[in-house]
Amino acid sequence: MSDNTANTGDMGGHEEPTRRDFLYLATGMTAVVGAGAVAWPFIDQMRPDASTLAQASIEVNVSALEQGQSLTVKWRGKPVFIRNRTEKEIEEAQAVSLDDLKDPVARNQNLPGDAQATDVDRSAGADKENWIVMIGTCTHLGCVPLGQAGDFGGWFCPCHGSHYDTAGRIRKGPAPENLHIPPYAFSSDDVITIG
Amino acid sequence: MSSDHSTYKPSSGLEKWLDSRLPILRMGHDSFISYPVPRNLNYAYTFGAMLSVMLIVQILTGVVLAMHYVAGTGEAFVSVEKIMRDVNHGWLLRYMHANGASFFFIAVYLHIARGLYYGSYKAPREILWILGVVIYLLMMAAGFMGYVLPWGQMSFWGATVITGFFSAFPVVGEWIQQFLLGGFAVDQPTLNRFFSLHYLLPFMIAGVVVLHIWALHVTGQTNPTGVEVKSKTDTLPFTPYATMKDALGVSVFLIAFAWFVFYMPNYLGHPDNYIPANALKTPAHIVPEWYYLPFYAMLRAITFNVGPIDSKLGGVLVMFGSIIILFFLPWLDTSKVRSAVYRPWYKLFFWVFIANAVMLGWLGAKPAEGAYVVMSQLGTLYYFGFFVVIMPLLGLFETPKRIPNSITEAVLEKNGKA
Repeated sequence: MSDNTANTGDMGGHEEPTRRDFLYLATGMTAVVGAGAVAWPFIDQMRPDASTLAQASIEVNVSALEQGQSLTVKWRGKPVFIRNRTEKEIEEAQAVSLDDLKDPVARNQNLPGDAQATDVDRSAGADKENWIVMIGTCTHLGCVPLGQAGDFGGWFCPCHGSHYDTAGRIRKGPAPENLHIPPYAFSSDDVITIG
Repeated sequence: MSSDHSTYKPSSGLEKWLDSRLPILRMGHDSFISYPVPRNLNYAYTFGAMLSVMLIVQILTGVVLAMHYVAGTGEAFVSVEKIMRDVNHGWLLRYMHANGASFFFIAVYLHIARGLYYGSYKAPREILWILGVVIYLLMMAAGFMGYVLPWGQMSFWGATVITGFFSAFPVVGEWIQQFLLGGFAVDQPTLNRFFSLHYLLPFMIAGVVVLHIWALHVTGQTNPTGVEVKSKTDTLPFTPYATMKDALGVSVFLIAFAWFVFYMPNYLGHPDNYIPANALKTPAHIVPEWYYLPFYAMLRAITFNVGPIDSKLGGVLVMFGSIIILFFLPWLDTSKVRSAVYRPWYKLFFWVFIANAVMLGWLGAKPAEGAYVVMSQLGTLYYFGFFVVIMPLLGLFETPKRIPNSITEAVLEKNGKA
């Protein structure tokens, strides 16, 4: 029997299993790749959509905030605390040694990731140290802490008892990190742009 | 139930015709009429029937509530109030659904406790037990998502805290949390998907329930003696004996359910959930629904870091672990004796476990401070100690009481005494 007849004949004896093996493997691979390709859109659709990701920045006029007053604004679905701190609060925060902090990192998105949680690096900067801008969700499980409450006169989360100091640093309780500081800048003396 | 013991006899021409094409009546007969059950089953074995009834109640009331509910952040709260005030009998359907969830959990906890007491999880019923734990997990997910739908303060902040659990995991945590929420915080996408999944999960539960009952009918039921069925005198047909017992148990259970629906419909709820969700203000005291409280207490009990695991991740791991550990129960219990009736020490530790679980539930509703934290920590220690220390060791050291040779012997002995 020549190769020619073996290749063209469907009942061609020992050539047949090879062909079947090939189809078996090819079908299996197609199924695996296909299943993955089909599964991904079903998983990916759960992630934040384009409109959510657009994370529009907001502008906040803070000219009316006297020292000792706070404002809460909503940014990306979360509350952002803006506080014009009193001299006493700043002094208290400055007096804290970094060794006493549970989380020694500034968590300030406007600074390098390893910046230390000194009061000035938690605030809006050396010349604007009275201003502090923070995402108002507890770093434990996301509740909104209450302002000017707790053992350290800063913020207190009622859900599971996390105490933050006047610079928003975690001092006591289950929260692992300082309150996060969003990207923001003073676009003029009175206006803060968040995001 | 295998079909080779089938005693079904089609009585009419139509039944014969059907039986040779789709023997569905035969299956029903073999599973719920002639199916042999141990003759000594007590009322602790009727919770399965109650759970089946509650699943049907939840699906029926849920389907009709979904005809009036709107899954939008602006409309959800209002649509629920419309159900309560405007929709014909809407108040009844919603109270049945809300209290139905609680009664579903009451029945499942009693059902699980029955399994623990009589050693129902032991070989050859490991798969049966594991399927049960899967159902319980699905119930918890369904209950949680359902509680979010009214879009009250507890809905919103419960969803925030519970999805926040996932942010505890290093590296992937934040991605998972955003994946679940569909955003950076609980919002419209979250509500929408929770509604979709809340509608889906009961049907998944129903599917696993079919597997659960299938596995039950392969191995047969346990019974208060823990001795396997050995002869025909050990069993009775399911109908009328088990059917009647189940029917009476279900009736009493439904009377209690109706009592809550009509006289104290909000007793198990939380008043804060009648305040519309507010993303900028957390309620002073967040409490989950009562059926999650023991786990919530264990979550909050971990207030200390362990090596590289901080307290937040530790709490989340302990909470998830407290349920995952149930999967391993058949292999953690080393005792060959099933029933606690013949295990004096296990019986004692079992009742302490139940008391401990109730105490943890009470602590879950208390603020996480002072003595409550220490008590929660002790409770958590016992919860895990029961499974990983007491259960494995007790099988090695405990001397069981004399076990009857058969169910029949046990029944006759008991009646002889009486």
